[in-house]
Amino acid sequence: MFGTKALKKFLAFLTTKPSPVLIDLGSVVGGNVTYFGEQLGCKIFVEDLLADVDRHVRQGKLADLPAFMKKRFPQESDSVDGILCWDVIDYLDKPAALELATQLSRVLRPDGALLGFFSTGRPPRESQYTKFVILDDVNLKYRSYPAARGRQAALLNRDIIKLFEKLRVSDSFLLQNNVREILFRKPA
Amino acid sequence: MWKRDDAVRPGGGQPTSSNAPTVVGVPIPRQETSHQMEKDIVNIGKSVVIKGELNGSEDLTIEGHVEGTIQLRDHVLTIGPNGRIKAQIFAKAVIVLGEVHGNVSASDKVDIRENGSVDGDLIAPRVAIAEGAHFRGSVDMQRKPGQVQPAVSPNAPTAAVKAAQPNAPQGQTQPQAAPQTQQHPQPARA
Repeated sequence: MFGTKALKKFLAFLTTKPSPVLIDLGSVVGGNVTYFGEQLGCKIFVEDLLADVDRHVRQGKLADLPAFMKKRFPQESDSVDGILCWDVIDYLDKPAALELATQLSRVLRPDGALLGFFSTGRPPRESQYTKFVILDDVNLKYRSYPAARGRQAALLNRDIIKLFEKLRVSDSFLLQNNVREILFRKPA
Repeated sequence: MWKRDDAVRPGGGQPTSSNAPTVVGVPIPRQETSHQMEKDIVNIGKSVVIKGELNGSEDLTIEGHVEGTIQLRDHVLTIGPNGRIKAQIFAKAVIVLGEVHGNVSASDKVDIRENGSVDGDLIAPRVAIAEGAHFRGSVDMQRKPGQVQPAVSPNAPTAAVKAAQPNAPQGQTQPQAAPQTQQHPQPARA
């Protein structure tokens, strides 16, 4: 079990919206869907990007990932209140990460919030993804599962900010487990 | 004593009751029906293939293939482990143990069990997706106007919700203080 500082702020923002629309980019965690539904009464798009990354790796088409990201999100521009990016960016090369960040910035509504986790430590030897299971607004459970691709080199803080240059950093926390939680907001 | 299954025996009389599921208005022969615990539960067996509109006013379990539309507005639809559905579904509650391709709308709950699979959008006030289930699509649990909402104030969001939420995830902490207002974006070691 791990603490989270930013999730609570993310939730606090979303509760100000009457029927928020969310995008969850990680693998499907039923408990999280239920949690968000019960807490927020929201609409959630579950977009398992890690499954997409896995598929591209298995097909040897990793170079196509940026183009894929460009068309991945059918949502209209400025239509989403919140995005749970989790640690997806950690598994992408820079061009794909940049395209993803561009698309997420596009669909996010002005004043919307994006929560991202970024590893600051050395990537583990094993290729594995992490499922973030929400226990409550300040506690998460991490569950690893096999991946076709391991985490890439950790991004520097300035690189992360550069990726999401259309958003501004609202809060940033470096946790004891070397995960940086950043809450971005889209300028209104 | 009258037994419902007698109806499906050769020469067993009327094949259906008035509230049996129908396909485009035509009652489905009760070749796969059974009584369970005095409750009307109709079972569409795994060899049955239905294409069209399936309407009913009793609980239904589908183990076969259905393409089209399924409407059980006030009843429970169970897609069994062998069920393969390519349809829009409207029901009070939907339990998925098999495969569904299509949008699912439930007035009460959608429950995707382990090994169940849904490719489509879900609309329901309550949704449960088990570990090991497959889901791809969106989940709409938006509260409709007039629906009772938890007493949430923008300044004390989770605390207020949790107080009214006995089934909140385990390990939850005591209600927290109101979230702070926006901070200066300096990294903080937690």
